[in-house]
Amino acid sequence: MTGESMLQVRDLTKRFVLRRSVGEWVRRQPGETHAAVNAVSFDLARGEILGLAGGSGSGKTTLARMLIRLVEPDDGSIVLGGLDVRALRGHDLREVRRRMQMVFQDPYSSLNPRLSVGAAIHEAGRVHHQPGSEDAGPFVARLLDLVRLPAAAAARHPRELSGGQRQRVAVARALAVGPEVLIADEAVSALDVSIQTQLLNLFLDLRDELGLAMLFVAHQLSVIAEVCDRVAIMHLGEIVEIGPTAEVFHSPQAPYTRTLLAAHPRPMALADATDPEPT
Amino acid sequence: MTQLLRIEGLRISFAHRTGSTDVVRGLDLEVNQGETVGLVGESGSGKSLSCRSIIRLMPPHATMSATRVEFEGRDVLGLSRTELRAHRSRNVGMIFQDPFSCFDPTKRVGEQVAETLRVNVGLDRDAARERALALLASVDIDRPEQRFRAYPHELSGGMRQRVMIAIAISAGPKLLIADEPTTALDVTTQAQILALIEQLRRESEMAVLLVSHDFGVIAQACDRVAVMYGGHVVEAGPVDEVCAQPRHPYTRALLESIPSVESAGRRVRRAGIPGQPPNPAELGPGCPFAERCAHVRASCREVDMSLIRVTEGHLTACPVVADSLGAVATGVRP
Repeated sequence: MTGESMLQVRDLTKRFVLRRSVGEWVRRQPGETHAAVNAVSFDLARGEILGLAGGSGSGKTTLARMLIRLVEPDDGSIVLGGLDVRALRGHDLREVRRRMQMVFQDPYSSLNPRLSVGAAIHEAGRVHHQPGSEDAGPFVARLLDLVRLPAAAAARHPRELSGGQRQRVAVARALAVGPEVLIADEAVSALDVSIQTQLLNLFLDLRDELGLAMLFVAHQLSVIAEVCDRVAIMHLGEIVEIGPTAEVFHSPQAPYTRTLLAAHPRPMALADATDPEPT
Repeated sequence: MTQLLRIEGLRISFAHRTGSTDVVRGLDLEVNQGETVGLVGESGSGKSLSCRSIIRLMPPHATMSATRVEFEGRDVLGLSRTELRAHRSRNVGMIFQDPFSCFDPTKRVGEQVAETLRVNVGLDRDAARERALALLASVDIDRPEQRFRAYPHELSGGMRQRVMIAIAISAGPKLLIADEPTTALDVTTQAQILALIEQLRRESEMAVLLVSHDFGVIAQACDRVAVMYGGHVVEAGPVDEVCAQPRHPYTRALLESIPSVESAGRRVRRAGIPGQPPNPAELGPGCPFAERCAHVRASCREVDMSLIRVTEGHLTACPVVADSLGAVATGVRP
């Protein structure tokens, strides 16, 4: 299912300067730095879903944001299809951001409350001159269909939709610009379990239908286990373990991965398949 | 076991311009002394509101009514203002999902623990300070003297939740209501907080009502569980039994849609539950799950949602499941 490597990240680093104490400020000393992401390397292949797991403050989100330079890296390289992302400016940078789209945890704050769903989706396609975007109706209808929303949703506003539907709209908007990579930053974390499952299946469908590559950031290991081909476990800004999801979860090598897995709550396995089912 | 809390026929509705909407629609719940009961459900199922009824803490525009809400045999609905104050401060402790918004950001956390002790327990300043330090130590905060002087923003989320727990148990309550206490925390911190609650429960023999949307948390921490959907308890029973043999189509579908670490690499898609959770304003009579249920029958629209016993202590609101089980027991299938 996965193809050639399309995104190569090498030794990517982001340091944040901590607030200086009064003494340091008086002596004009530089503040201490904290490496939020420290020399992280990984590859992402076409049609692959790579999970990024770790506790809060482990650097998952900073790493995800650096890929499209919402946060400027301090060191390392990002190469998307042969292009050095860190060197790009202006139009070229915009083009890279088109090719790598992000979906955030809270679709309510990432969608314009004044725009109808249709207008929000169409706007994204129009700005990036997407084929078919001259004609708003069919363009929006195709994207809504892609995320399994009824065409009638185009006339609705974000506040009229449920959390799950809003997240589908956010995905549709990301897809409107024809991306190759989807970065989902805790995209299903705020959703109820039954809706979460629907969204996870949608992500799997999109990968199969469009051959998208995905970086799937989540703190819930179980969610990662369900959709990701490979998983990277982050701790204190570093990837402590990376590999095929089944391998990492069934025989974790890094001590931190073991700690995370041990702490993960799980309901007992659904037993008793012979249970009488109402018919 | 002695009964501590008994709620029967609880209804909570929100008033708005065009009438009112029932969000809790006749809930029954019992908690015995010293046990941990889970209340699990998705957002909007009414679980948080229901547990607030125990201390009659209703948001504006919400009204509650019930056949009975009894705490240690006393009618909570009939308490006077003074009695209610005593009930809230001594009988029941409560912790919430976001401990940061529960603190005064301008006061040292230790002072806030001590304040609770002065007001609710009536200790003097020095005694309250001493007891506050002991409480901080009892919720596994290391170097309590230093933490006493910290402001809320200087503590991590897990640490704040520990201080919150210290405040909640300061008056030695008989029931601790924990409303999504670990939802904002990391899994490792979550495990520690759940272990702490369990340890405190054992030591002080208080009961715990744990509200969560996460069946994993409930399964790990509780003796019994009540599953809520659309303002009703749809199933209740011992947590192992409910997880292993769910007796309501909603519980079954919910358990089946929970992602699990074990499924890594299996690449099997979960069926999930089609449709959306119900909007309380649009709910008609009958089973609120009928619209999404794979086993729906015409009679489901008229079900009164009273709980039917399937085994000792295991109850379901689904007559269809109850009938099929009864039929199996007598060897006659309908």
